[in-house]
Amino acid sequence: MTTQTMTKSATSYISPTRERVMGVLFLIVAAAIWVFFIRNTTPGLETTFGMTPGGSQVQTPDWVFETYTALNILLFLSIALAVYQLVRGFKRYTNLVLGLISGFFIFAFLAWGASGLSLNLAGLLRVMVIRSVPLTLGAFSGILCERSGVFNIAIEGMMLTAAFCAALFGSLVNIWFGLLTAMLSGLLLGGVLAILAIKYKVNQIIAGTVINIFATGLTSFLSAKFLQKYQYLNNPGRFPTWDVPGLSQIPFIGPVFFSHNLFVYAMYILLIVLTVALFYTRWGLRLRSVGEHPKAADTLGIQVNRTRYMAVLLGGTMAGFAGAYFILGSVGRFDEVLTAGRGFIALAAMIFGNWNPFGAFGAGLLFGFADSLAGKLTILRVPIHNKFLEMAPYIVTMIVLAGIIGRGQPPAAGGQPYEKE
Amino acid sequence: MEKQNAKAKGRISQKPLVVFLDEVTRSPMMVNILAIVTGLFLGGVIAALTTENVYVALKSSLVEGLKIALQAAWNTYKALFLGAFGDPQRIVTALQSGDWSQINRALSPLSESLVQATPYIFAGLAVALGFRVGLFNIGAEGQIFVGALAAVWAGVFIKGLPPIIHAPLALLIGGLGGAIWGLIPGWLKAKTGAHEVINTIMMNYIAFRLSEYLLTGVLRDPAKTTPISAPIERSAWIPRLFPYPNRFHVGFFIALFMAFLVYLLLFKTTWGFELRTVGANPNAARYAGMNIVRSMVITMALSGGLAGLAGANEVLGVNRNLGVAFSSGYGFDSIALALLGNSHPLGVVLASLLFGFLRNGAIQMQLTAGIPIDIISIIQAMILAFIAAPAIIRTIYRLKTPKEPEIRLQISSAGGSS
Repeated sequence: MTTQTMTKSATSYISPTRERVMGVLFLIVAAAIWVFFIRNTTPGLETTFGMTPGGSQVQTPDWVFETYTALNILLFLSIALAVYQLVRGFKRYTNLVLGLISGFFIFAFLAWGASGLSLNLAGLLRVMVIRSVPLTLGAFSGILCERSGVFNIAIEGMMLTAAFCAALFGSLVNIWFGLLTAMLSGLLLGGVLAILAIKYKVNQIIAGTVINIFATGLTSFLSAKFLQKYQYLNNPGRFPTWDVPGLSQIPFIGPVFFSHNLFVYAMYILLIVLTVALFYTRWGLRLRSVGEHPKAADTLGIQVNRTRYMAVLLGGTMAGFAGAYFILGSVGRFDEVLTAGRGFIALAAMIFGNWNPFGAFGAGLLFGFADSLAGKLTILRVPIHNKFLEMAPYIVTMIVLAGIIGRGQPPAAGGQPYEKE
Repeated sequence: MEKQNAKAKGRISQKPLVVFLDEVTRSPMMVNILAIVTGLFLGGVIAALTTENVYVALKSSLVEGLKIALQAAWNTYKALFLGAFGDPQRIVTALQSGDWSQINRALSPLSESLVQATPYIFAGLAVALGFRVGLFNIGAEGQIFVGALAAVWAGVFIKGLPPIIHAPLALLIGGLGGAIWGLIPGWLKAKTGAHEVINTIMMNYIAFRLSEYLLTGVLRDPAKTTPISAPIERSAWIPRLFPYPNRFHVGFFIALFMAFLVYLLLFKTTWGFELRTVGANPNAARYAGMNIVRSMVITMALSGGLAGLAGANEVLGVNRNLGVAFSSGYGFDSIALALLGNSHPLGVVLASLLFGFLRNGAIQMQLTAGIPIDIISIIQAMILAFIAAPAIIRTIYRLKTPKEPEIRLQISSAGGSS
């Protein structure tokens, strides 16, 4: 398994048992669409999806369709896919089809919930992109650290500290300086994690916990002592929204994906950069080899601990950037513990995305969607409490981790300090 | 330790004092004590650094600035001490007067510290038990929440029982709730190899959302505007021993009893030996025919149960209802407790007492001296860092390295197969 993870093709093999399990799962999804949605829909009602987010210049006409027909089409497609999976099998495209079926289910859910109503789909997806930013960037931080063999459960603490620095120094100087100090604070805490984990060989979970407790304590202490007393220290402003020329004019897609602030575009760019760096450069190969089999890497002359230091420092900086988002890209002011566990959802996104930047981005979007939808549930006539939707990221992560539907492949040497013999 | 002392006595050629000092500087206890001292010292530094007057004074002269800084640190710890132990003068006058209500009031800070220490004992034991079996239960926080929710449910909706049955029953249901919350990650770990650290973190947040759901739903007191549960039936209260304002309750003794039970389990039973073997060397345990899956599942359930008792104990003994912002970091602090106490029940109790005094002192300090309570989180984090990395303390104080290699906490790799 250790050597398999080094090659990207390792995930393409799907065992026959898993093929069958997936087929049955697809059938269950199809059955769920019928039981929960189709049976409870009155034929003739129409679903209206708004395709223009509020305040957007690019107008797209609403999408109106008959709920009952749409649901039946989705049911038919799901059954067809399930039957093909059971008879022939999608082989290496199985995970892709799983994603498609999940998409059908979510779409069916939305169509059913909004039957006879109007739901602003574009607004929902726009918020999804915004909410996914700290999760995806935080997951990138985790990927950098864990691919090199160092657990980083301190993403939360790093983001919180960075958010504080962004608020304070952003107010004192300007938002760019705030962003810089936020990243520096992430770098600093990354350094603490690296020194504890690599030099002193402290258990990495404990090292992360130290940083989390410390960050919560320090930011709350300083915030209570200074930011609440002197309000002008907590008013850094925000990065403005910038429309990408050309791309933002595309109907529907433009306003949803290309009319945001700096952080969203940074996320797109980092996604590409990180993927290329990790999987298509010598640097990335070395970093991953240190996380998979440090002894072998050492034998080949790669300096294990130096590589790990670099990875953790970069990861810390990334978490710092993610933390700055909360202030400079979102709410614009610091409140105690404002990250509210998003660092741990980022951790979940990293696992759900199989320690892979694109996977993490997908997971970030999915979890962001759950978050976005939780805010809109009251509009829909759906008998689900939004708290259960907020639980969803954690539950699906546990399911993935348990290997019930596909197992993640974590770096083999994660969590173990390396000692040269 | 005893073995070491015996060995030391054997070395007649060396002077007793030298041998004694040698032993002291090598002992792991020394590191823990110095870690606490250093943590407290750095807390004072932070308190001084964040006092505005220090910078004002520094402008006039360095000596003046240092004086004000020392004063700020001194005031912080004075307020902390008075908050945690009470005013000695007041205690003495109260004792001299012989008036019971005065003594009660004068001693109430001290007993309040014990009240604060109680959930720490439960939660610290929970994490320590996991450590002994090689499992990292980082989910004590969530288990505390579920324990509290279950206990509140039992305390609010079960009616008409006599106190002698109702209170233990509610406590037990709380423990059971926590046990289920611990059992799930334990079972997943044993059966699928999914790492318990990630799963317990996930379970934490599921517990938080669940509590928000229940407290805005079925458990909510309809008469209140804020999401808070209905008050618990009087019969389910864990009795307090002294009149108002003293909140000292029987839960403290239950916690001590639990520490004793965990000690018996770990060190005086065959089963405890099996658990510790699984923790120390899973391969040897498997080779010896021990049931690792069962050990893991049961340990996580017991660990969760202990954490659940912490939550149940808080709501039944102290709050008597449950609000949304209920547990503030007991679960994460408990990791520090378990390490500080070397994962030994007695050590955990002592560490819990320390943290209880710190926490209660800090609450009073915030009220009287206006220093935010969060400073103890900073202190606790630093203590935790120093204990986890004894080499830092050894370098600072030039301590010698111990003769026996220190036992390091071992955990297997996160994520998938272990």
